[in-house]
Amino acid sequence: MKPIWYFVGILLFIMGSIVLLAGLYTWFYPPPEQKILAYLHPDLWWGAVMIIAGTIFLLTNRKKTVA
Amino acid sequence: MSTIGLTLADWLIIFIYFAFILGLGYYLKRFTKSQEDFFMAGRKNSSWVAGLAFLSANLGALELMGMAGNTYKYGMYVAHFYWVGAIPAMLFLAIYMMPFYYSSRVHSVPGYLKWRFDEKTRVLNAIAFAIMTLLVSGINLYAMALVLHTFLGWNWHICMWASALTVAMYVSMSGLLSAIFTEIVQFFLIWFGLFLVTFLGIVEIGSLREVFERVPQSFSTLWSTSMDPSQNGMQVTWAGVVLGLGFVLSFGYWTTDFLVVQRAFSAKDMRSARMTPIIASFFKMAVPFLVIIPGLVALILASDPKYGFSLLKDGGQINYDSTLPMLIARYYPSGLAGLGITALLAGFMAGQAGNISAFNTVWTYDIYRSVINKNASDDSLLRMGRVTTIVGIVLSVGTAYWAKSAPSIMDYMQAIFSWVNAPLFATMLLGMFVWWITPTGAFWGLVSGMVSSFTLFLAVKFNWLNPQILALSSPVSDMAINFWRAWWAWLICFTVTILVSFHTKKKPKEELVGLVWGMTDVQALDALPWIKRPEFYAAISVTIFIALNIYFW
Repeated sequence: MKPIWYFVGILLFIMGSIVLLAGLYTWFYPPPEQKILAYLHPDLWWGAVMIIAGTIFLLTNRKKTVA
Repeated sequence: MSTIGLTLADWLIIFIYFAFILGLGYYLKRFTKSQEDFFMAGRKNSSWVAGLAFLSANLGALELMGMAGNTYKYGMYVAHFYWVGAIPAMLFLAIYMMPFYYSSRVHSVPGYLKWRFDEKTRVLNAIAFAIMTLLVSGINLYAMALVLHTFLGWNWHICMWASALTVAMYVSMSGLLSAIFTEIVQFFLIWFGLFLVTFLGIVEIGSLREVFERVPQSFSTLWSTSMDPSQNGMQVTWAGVVLGLGFVLSFGYWTTDFLVVQRAFSAKDMRSARMTPIIASFFKMAVPFLVIIPGLVALILASDPKYGFSLLKDGGQINYDSTLPMLIARYYPSGLAGLGITALLAGFMAGQAGNISAFNTVWTYDIYRSVINKNASDDSLLRMGRVTTIVGIVLSVGTAYWAKSAPSIMDYMQAIFSWVNAPLFATMLLGMFVWWITPTGAFWGLVSGMVSSFTLFLAVKFNWLNPQILALSSPVSDMAINFWRAWWAWLICFTVTILVSFHTKKKPKEELVGLVWGMTDVQALDALPWIKRPEFYAAISVTIFIALNIYFW
């Protein structure tokens, strides 16, 4: 079977992409009520961090299988 | 309770998580062909997989919402649960107890009791553990439903049943394997989902130093206010922390609770099994970053009206367990809010799955095969494991309604642990390290410890006993009562076990080889170069543990 780290990579990549895309959307279309510290755009850079982490897990485990 | 709106991105992340873990359970089902696969995950896991699952099995409702809420209530003192209340016990399990557990190839902690003592001690512990697991499982369900109710505005009862059904589906498909896989997924979701709560909280307050400076002094220290119970938030002395939490409750939980120990049993070899709690200990020491600091941040925000922050209220009472959800609602925009909620849900789902997988193992091996059907086939045990998963979920839904009426999740948890785990730790300690402890002594010691703990619980609850006598100090909090009740239950079990063993028949020494210290060559089990030895990594862990305690003294 594929190692668990492979599945972790998939999930982090998908969720990071959604967070990043949601961040881009609110960048261009800010909601009427902003969250505290919204000017830091945590969704943009945190989404990017998750995508990078997910990609690393995916690339390092894509050919591995475990018993 | 208030409802906080979610956007499409948030819903999408929550949906993907549920679909993902169900898909994972379905994918793993094809690799679950025998009862060994279902109950022990095939005993093929690396120390990293087993170690992260070991930690994550404990990262349920208790660790996240309960601890953040308790920090709001008691202050930095709650960090004792992560450091003195965990690390020494985890390292003791790795270095001293795991060789006996793993080399005996038992399927469960009650299974060890059978080999070391006898069948009646095993069944007694199995029944107590099964009941405790269902009670704790109810807490996880309660917390899950609370999060869904708070954020999504769903009906509390429907939320609980929906969450329970999801766990029942994926655990019944592939047992411990799917529980461990979802626990690893949960580990990453929790760190990625909650890290920003702490980070943004620190940014809003100004700095980490300012966070500690702006809470009352009794809320920002670990040991310096422990001489006088009136000077610390939890109202418990250093003796209560060390004896009750650090020794009895912590060792009782981390070394004998099958929920966590089962993860180490799934390791591929002895070294991996011993490394399991050591790897977990490093991450355990880091968890306060996710729960203690947000608890302190929430306290500062709620204390100053200019921040416009408050916790939810239930019937006029502050709901401390809403600390983390309310901070997520404050800081997380669309997308991140879904991630934060999913992180909490993942913690609860994995905690629930952990309880259920431990319950189905103990029921199937230690009650069903031991008492009801001694000649059960492999297929029969596998089938029983799947059925027990469903039954366990249904029963834990019932216990969730009881958890809902408790004033604080954490206080409730400690009460349960002091009934079952505290006396069991005395039995295991004596059983593993003293060869002349007899089966009769162990049985009656365990019975007296459990009965005394439960009696003390009732005595304090119904005012038959002044809690100040129990805790040997004044004032005294609910948490201090739990610590001290655990200590007395342990001491009673320890004493009765020894006294009865003096007068009853001992097991022949040849039957104790591999089960008792001094009759097992531990070095031969683990002859490795020093850089690979578990003791080396345990020494690093204990050094960090000491440094943290001194820094936050």
